[in-house]
Amino acid sequence: MHAAKYHKPASVADAVAALSGAEDGKVLAGGQTLLPTMKQHLAAPSDLVDIRGIDGMSGVSASDGVITIGAATTHAEVAASSAVQEHIPALACLAAGIGDPAVRHMGTIGGSLANNDPAADYPAAVLGLGATVVTNAREISPEDFFEGMFATALDDDEIITAIRFPAPQASGYAKFRNPASRYAMTGVFVAQTGDGVRVAVTGAGDDGVFRHDGLEAALGADFSAGACDGVEISADGLLSDIHASAEYRANLIRQMAKRAVSGAT
Amino acid sequence: MSDGIGARVKRREDKRFITGKGKYTDDIRMDNQAYAAFVRSPHASARVTNIDASAALAMEGVVAVHTGPEMKEDGIGDIITGWAITSKDGSPMTCGVWNPMVTEFARYVGDAIAIVIADTQDLARIAAEAVEVTYEELPACVNPADALKDGAPQVHGNVPGNLIFDWEVGDEAAADEGLAKATHVTEIDLINNRLSPNAIEPRSAVAIFDDAEDHYTLYSTSQNPHVARLVLSAFYNVAPEHKLRVIAPDVGGGFGSKIYIYPEEIACLWASMKTKRSVKWTAQRTESFMTDAHARDHVTKARMGFDADGKITGFKIDTIANIGAYVSLFATATPTYLYGTLASGVYDIPGIYCNVKAVHTNTAPVDAYRGAGRPEATYMIERLIEMSARQLGMDPAELRRKNFIREFPYQTPVILQYDSGDFDACLDKAQALADVAGFPARKAEAAARGKLRGIGYSTFIEACGIAPSAAVGSLGSAVGLWESAEVRVNPVGTIEILTGCHSHGQGHETTFCQLAAEKFGVPIDNVKLVHGDTDAVQFGMGTYGSRSGPVGMSAVMKALEKVEAKVKKIAAHQLEASEDDIVIEGGEVSVAGTDKKMAWHEVGLAAYIAHNLPEGMEPGLKEGSFFDPVNFSFPSGCFICEVEVDPDTGETEIVQFVSADDFGVIINPMIVEGQVHGGVTQGIGQALTECVVYDESGQLVTGSYMDYTMPRADNVPSFKVEHSSTPSPTNPLGIKGCGEAGAIGSPPAVINAITDAIGTDNLQMPATPQAVWMALQSAQTSMAAE
Amino acid sequence: MTQVSITVNGKASSRDIPDTMLLSDFLREELRLTGTHIGCDTSQCGACVVHVNGKAVKSCTALAVSLDGAEVTTVEGLANGELHPMQAAFNEHHGLQCGFCTPGMIMSGIDMVNRYKAEGRTLDEAAIRHELEGNICRCTGYHNIVKAIGDAAAKM
Repeated sequence: MHAAKYHKPASVADAVAALSGAEDGKVLAGGQTLLPTMKQHLAAPSDLVDIRGIDGMSGVSASDGVITIGAATTHAEVAASSAVQEHIPALACLAAGIGDPAVRHMGTIGGSLANNDPAADYPAAVLGLGATVVTNAREISPEDFFEGMFATALDDDEIITAIRFPAPQASGYAKFRNPASRYAMTGVFVAQTGDGVRVAVTGAGDDGVFRHDGLEAALGADFSAGACDGVEISADGLLSDIHASAEYRANLIRQMAKRAVSGAT
Repeated sequence: MSDGIGARVKRREDKRFITGKGKYTDDIRMDNQAYAAFVRSPHASARVTNIDASAALAMEGVVAVHTGPEMKEDGIGDIITGWAITSKDGSPMTCGVWNPMVTEFARYVGDAIAIVIADTQDLARIAAEAVEVTYEELPACVNPADALKDGAPQVHGNVPGNLIFDWEVGDEAAADEGLAKATHVTEIDLINNRLSPNAIEPRSAVAIFDDAEDHYTLYSTSQNPHVARLVLSAFYNVAPEHKLRVIAPDVGGGFGSKIYIYPEEIACLWASMKTKRSVKWTAQRTESFMTDAHARDHVTKARMGFDADGKITGFKIDTIANIGAYVSLFATATPTYLYGTLASGVYDIPGIYCNVKAVHTNTAPVDAYRGAGRPEATYMIERLIEMSARQLGMDPAELRRKNFIREFPYQTPVILQYDSGDFDACLDKAQALADVAGFPARKAEAAARGKLRGIGYSTFIEACGIAPSAAVGSLGSAVGLWESAEVRVNPVGTIEILTGCHSHGQGHETTFCQLAAEKFGVPIDNVKLVHGDTDAVQFGMGTYGSRSGPVGMSAVMKALEKVEAKVKKIAAHQLEASEDDIVIEGGEVSVAGTDKKMAWHEVGLAAYIAHNLPEGMEPGLKEGSFFDPVNFSFPSGCFICEVEVDPDTGETEIVQFVSADDFGVIINPMIVEGQVHGGVTQGIGQALTECVVYDESGQLVTGSYMDYTMPRADNVPSFKVEHSSTPSPTNPLGIKGCGEAGAIGSPPAVINAITDAIGTDNLQMPATPQAVWMALQSAQTSMAAE
Repeated sequence: MTQVSITVNGKASSRDIPDTMLLSDFLREELRLTGTHIGCDTSQCGACVVHVNGKAVKSCTALAVSLDGAEVTTVEGLANGELHPMQAAFNEHHGLQCGFCTPGMIMSGIDMVNRYKAEGRTLDEAAIRHELEGNICRCTGYHNIVKAIGDAAAKM
C-alpha cells in the first residue's frame, strides 16, 4: 500500500487536530474495510488517525433505557455486552453476525457507520432503532446521518465518538448474506418503539440504508410475519448485481422482514 | 505390515505444516532480493501504442521496467501449446500467438504489458501503476456463444472466425440412426460454468540468476517442475536444461492451475538475468483471478434417444468450448480427448457423436482444472439421464441400471476402452448408504417444515493417468505421459524414493513410502520421498490428472521390484542359497525354510562395501524405472445427493452427500477419503456457488472473494464415503486414481437433487439462491399458465 | 518509520518499521515467521489468522504499528515441547492437505474453542462450520478440519 503517517492520539481533541492537519486524513477505528481498500490501492490517505487509544472511546453503558456504545467498541464486544443483550438483543445478534470472528475482534461500530457501506449491518440498526450518532461536534439523527452509499453527514475532521440507542419494546434483525462476500445482500431491522414500528433495510437500496414505509404501516397495524405478505415491495431503487437482481432483493426484503418479526424480542 | 498398502498411515509431512515450518515459494527470500510487479492491460482488447516508464523509473528503489518487445528482442520464445488437435476436415488447428508479454495487442484484462522490478514489493506495485501505457481500445469478443457469429470481433488476426478447431469423435451416422429410431428423445441446453481454480497459495516465483556460473534457479509454485524446466529451456530459450534448476518446494494446492508455465515465471527469470538481482513475484488474489488459467466454460446442446424399454439408442453432442485469449498448455486436450471420449459414461450406447468447436475470446486462458473435460462430460450425461427418467416416468436408478456396461473390456464408440468396473455395486452401495428407501418420509417431514427436499444421482466413470505415450502422441500430445522413479537403498538400509510426481496436498511423502514399507517390511520412518527438484530427480511429468497413483506409484513399484531382484541376488550369494528361496519380510532377508538370514540393512551395506558380491554384479543398490502404462485407468462411482431448498429465498442446503467409489486398490484410505471430500466440495462449488463473470466489455466482475463465491465450511455437509473396488488390470498396483472423481461426479448429483426438489429441470449452474428462486418463480408462472 | 515493540510467541521484538506495515508483513518479513500466510487481499481467506492479546485477528488487516505493546501468538508459537492439541488433532484427523490454509485454520480453531469454553457454549458441528466463516480451504472440503476442531475441543 502507499505510505501514510500513523497517529495515535490520546484525546478526541488531538485526534481532530491530527485530522485537520492532514492533507487527506482518515480515521482508523478497526481498519477491517479501510486497510483492504488501501492494500488494493483504492484508497491512499496521507494520514491515519487511530482513535482506539482514546479514553472512553470504547465500551457500552446503559441508563434510562438508552444504550450508549463507544465508537471504538468492537463488534465482538457489542455482541458480548450484557447490557446490549438485555435491552436490545437484536443488536447483539446483529453484531455477532458481522463478518467473521476475526473481523469482529477488530472491526468497530464507529468505523462501520462512518464508512456507511451499503451492505453493512449497523446502519440498519441505527436507522431501525432511531439511534443518535454522537460526534465530537454534535449529535446527528439517523435520518440526517446517512447520505447514500459510502456517504455520511460527517465533516472531514469530524469523529464519531458514540452511538446512543434507545431500547425498543421489541426488535429483530434478519439478513440474507451475499454468498461470496457474506455482507448483507439484504438485511432488515424491525423495531417496535414508542413512536411506532420502524423498518430499516440495508444491502438492498441503491442509495444505501432506507426505511420501508409500507412494511412500517403494515407492521404498525399488526406486528406479525404474516402482515408482511400483503405489502407491496417495489424493486425500484434497489441494487442489481451478479448475485441478486432488484426483483430478487425485493423478495428478500419481504422474507427477511418476516424473519426479523418472527425473531423479534 | 502396518505401514503398507491399505494402512491409514498418518501423514508424515504434516508436522512442518501444522507448526508453521512449511517452505512455500513466497517464504523464500534471497540476499539480493528484488520484487516484481506487472503492468497489466485494463482492457479486454487493445493495441498498445506507447509505454512510458519514466515516472516509474524515477522512483527511488525502482530497479528496472522491461516490456514485451524487449523480451522478444532478447529471443525469449512464445508460449506453446502441448496438444495439437486436428479438425474433422483433417486440417490442423489454428491458434493465436501468445507472447509472454504483450508486443502489440493486449487480448484480455490482465494480459501482461511490462514487468517492474523494485527493492520492495509495495514499491514494485506502486511503480507498476506509474507506468503510463497508451492504449487504442478495440472491440472485444467475450461470450463463447457469440465468438463464431458473423461480425464477431476477431481475437487474433490469424484465426478466422475465432475458430481454433472443429473436432469430432464418434460416428455421426450411428448416432443419427439411434436418435431416429428412438421412441423418446431428451434434449438439453447446458452451460458448464466458467471456474477459477483458486489454490489458496497464490502463484509465486523466485528467479535467481547466478552471473558467475551462468546458471538459473527458479523456485516455482509448480505441479511439474521438470516439465517447467523442459519448456523454459526448449521453447522459451531461458537457458539450456543443465543451466536451469527448477524447484517446486511446498506448493499450496494446484488443482491443475499450477501445471502451466505462465508468463510471470518466464519474465522473472529473464528479468533476473537483466537486473542481476534475484526476482520474486507473488500474485495478489485479484491477479490470480485475472491470470490463473480458468476452467470449463462450455456451451452445449445434446440429445439422447431411448427406445420404449428405456435403452439408450443414440447420443449426439454439440459443444462450443471457450479457450480464452490464448491457447494454454493443455487447453486443447481438455474439451476433446478428455471430454468427448467420456461421452459414453457408464452406459452401453450404440451410437455417439460429439462435435466440439473451440473458440478464442478476449478472456483469460482456459485450461485443465480438477477433472478437466470429464466433469463437463459427466454433467451433461448425468443430467440427461436424470431428466430422461423423469420424462419417461422411470426411477432414475433403474434407468441407469438398464443401460449400465457390465462386460469388460468394453470398447466405447468414442475411442476409450474401459478395462474394469462394477457400476451396479457402486450404485447398490450408495443407495444403501443414502437410505434411499427412507427418502419419501424425509421429504414429507421437510415439507411440513416448508422445505422442498430432493434427491439426485450421479453414476460416473472417468479416465485417469493419461497414457500410453505412443497413443497420446498419435492423438496430438507433444509429450509422453509416463512417469519415472528411482529407489536408492543407502548403505545403512534406509531408502530414498525419487519421483517425478509432485505433492502439493496429496500426501505423497506418506503414500509413496508406504510402497517400500509394503514391499520390504521396513519401518516407514526409514523411507523418504524426494521430489520437486530438477537437480535431485532426473525427469518426470509431474502430478495432475490423478496420475500419481496409477502411473507414478507404478514406476516406484517397478523400481522396487528391481531392487528386490538385486537384493535377492546379493542375499542368495551371501547366504549360499538359491535366489528363488530368498524371502524379504519384516525387515529381514532370509532363506525360506531355514534359519539363515540377513538383516535388511546388512544387504544394503554388502551392496556398497562390495567385498562379496556375485560375480559380475556392480556395487550399489539403486534402481530406476520409467513406467508407461498400457491404457488409461478408469475410476468410477456413484454419488447421491440430498438437498433442502427454501422456497422463500431459493437457498439450497445439502443435507446429505454419499459417495461409493471404485478407485481400484487403495494405498491409504485416509488420504483417499480426503481427496474425495475435497473433490466433492469443489464440485459442489461448481454446482452451487462458483462462476467467473466477465461483463460485456470483457471486464472481470469476479476479481476477488467479495464476488467469486468459494464454498465455505457452512456450504457443505460432512460426507459419507465408502468404496467398492475392482482393481485396475493395467498397472502393477491395481490403482485407478482418486484425485478428480469428486469434482467430476458431484455437480450433476447436486443439480439433479435440486431439480428434483423444485420440480423443474430449467436450471443452470451455479444454482445460487437467486437462480433457484427464479427457477421456482418461472415454474410456478408456467404452471399457472397451464 | 516508527519504533514498535511487539511480543511475539513470548519473545519481545522491537523494530523500526514503516507506519503502513501490516502485522502479517511484520511477522513474515521482519521476524521471518513465515507460517502466517497470505491468500487474499480482502480479509476473507483467513490464512493469516494469528492471536493478538489472545484473540483471533487477521494479521493482513492490522497495522503492526497500531499493536505496540501487544502480545501476538502465531502458529510457530503453539507447540511447547509437544504439539498443541489442535495441531495434534489436525494430524490425527487428516485436517490438512497442501497445508497453506492450515496455520489460519489452527489459530481460528483454538480461538473458537477458547471462546465457546469461556462462554459455556457447546461447539457442535454446525457451530464449528459457522465459526469457520472467515477461513477458506480449497483442499479438504472442510470435513476433516471440522472433525479435528471438534476433537481438539474435547481435549483442550
